[in-house]
Amino acid sequence: MKVSLKVNGFERTGDVEPRVLLVDFLRTNLRLTGTHIGCDTSSCGACTVLIEGEPVKSCTVLAVQAAGRSITTVEGLAQGANLSPVQVGFHEEHGLQCGFCTPGMMLVGTSLLERNPNPTEDEIRWAISGNICRCTGYMNIVKAIMHAAKLREAAKAEAPGREAATAATGGE
Amino acid sequence: MFPAAFDYRAPTRLDEALSILKQHGDDAKVMAGGQSLIPLLKLRFAHPELVVDIGRLPALNAIKRDDGHVSIGALTRHVDIEHSRELASSAPMMIEAVRWIADPLVRNRGTLVGSVCHADPAGDWGSVMLAFGADIVARSQAGERVLQADGFFQGPFTTALRPDEVVTEIRIPVRKGHSGGAYLKLERKVGDFATVGVAVQLELDGGKVASAGIGLTAVGPHNLKATEAERFLHGKEPTDQVIVEAARLAAAASEPKDDVRGSAAYKKDVVRVFVQRGLRTAIGRAREVRS
Repeated sequence: MKVSLKVNGFERTGDVEPRVLLVDFLRTNLRLTGTHIGCDTSSCGACTVLIEGEPVKSCTVLAVQAAGRSITTVEGLAQGANLSPVQVGFHEEHGLQCGFCTPGMMLVGTSLLERNPNPTEDEIRWAISGNICRCTGYMNIVKAIMHAAKLREAAKAEAPGREAATAATGGE
Repeated sequence: MFPAAFDYRAPTRLDEALSILKQHGDDAKVMAGGQSLIPLLKLRFAHPELVVDIGRLPALNAIKRDDGHVSIGALTRHVDIEHSRELASSAPMMIEAVRWIADPLVRNRGTLVGSVCHADPAGDWGSVMLAFGADIVARSQAGERVLQADGFFQGPFTTALRPDEVVTEIRIPVRKGHSGGAYLKLERKVGDFATVGVAVQLELDGGKVASAGIGLTAVGPHNLKATEAERFLHGKEPTDQVIVEAARLAAAASEPKDDVRGSAAYKKDVVRVFVQRGLRTAIGRAREVRS
C-alpha cells in the first residue's frame, strides 16, 4: 500500500504492507534510526514519536494508520545546528546515561512543554510515566525537562515577537 | 515483531464499514486506536484476514450530553475522556478510572469503545460500564441494537457482539440526584493490568441506597457484576454493617486465579477491602452532591 505522511516537516512516501509498524517504516524505509525499538510490546516508550504533536508508541501504530498525519521524531527537534530547549536541557542537566530511552523522553518532554510550559515535578513524572529509563536516571530526566521549561521562558522573554512569528509561519 | 500478513481497509463512511463487515464477518477484525489489537496481532494471538480500521470514520469522537445519559462515540480516546468537562460533571467516576488506564502515551491513541469491545477480563473499563449500567450501541446493515453492559461480557475477549457489528457509541446514564462513584485499582506499576480493580457507582435517596452498581476487574473470566452485593444494598441505609456485608458478598462472587500478581485468596480479600473503601468513598461523594 502507498503511504504518504509528513515527517519532521517533509512529505515522505513509501510502499508498505499493511502489517508494517510505524517504527519500522521510520527506521527501515526512511532510515530515521533515532527512534528506538526497546520492548516492542508497548511498555517501554523507547519508540515514542509525536503524531500531530501528541506522544504515542510507534511500535503499536501501523504505518498505514499514520497516513496523512504529521509525525515528529527526535531528528526533527533541532533546527539545523540549534538544539531545541529540551535537547539543551538534557545536555546541561545530564538527562541521559546510556541514551537509549532519550529520544522518547525528549519527545514526551517537548509535547508536555507545548501544552504546559510550566509543569510541576509531579506533572513531569506523570507525563513520562509511560517511558522507562533502564539506567533508572529519572532524577536527571525530570531536572532536564524542568531546565528546558526555564530555557523556553528565557528565550520567550528575550525575543517576545519570535514565538508569534514562528506560529504565523507554522514553525517551518 | 511483525504481525502475520493481513488485508487492510480504512473506510471513510459508516455504511461502507458495515458493508465490508457484512461481507467478511468472522474473518475481519475492527480496529479503532489499535492499542489492544496491534499487540495481539504482533504476538500472533490474533490473525484476522482483514483489519477494518474505523479510525477515519467521521463524527464518532464526540462526548455529548443527551436526555438522561452521556453518549461517548466509538473514536473517543482515553485522553479525551481524561480532559472532558462534561464527564467531570456528569460521570466523574470515569475521570478517576481513566487515569488508571495504561499510560499517557497509550491513552493518546486507545479508545473507550475499543477497550470495551476487546473485553480483556483485566480491562478497567468493563467494570466501569457494569457499575454504571451503560448501554452499548451496535450497528450493522440489519440496523441498530442497544446492548446492556450486563450480559455484554461473555468470556475472556468474548462479547455479545455479532461479527458484522460495529459499536458506534456507549451511553452512560446520568442521575440527577445524590449519586457518586469510585474506581479503585491495585497495580504493580504504571501501565500494568490490574491485580484487582473495583468500580462502584450508586445513588442515595433519603439516606438510603436507591441503586448500586459494582463491577469487578481481573477476578473472573470477564468483568463481573457483583449482583448479590448490589441487591443487598438496595433500599438499605448504608451503615458500616451493611457496607461490610455487601463487600463480603462481592468478594464471594469473585472468581480470581493464582498468578504472578497474587494468590486467589489474596485477590478475593483485596476485592472485599476495595468494595468497602469504594462504597464509603462513593457514599461520601453522593452525600456532597447538591440537588
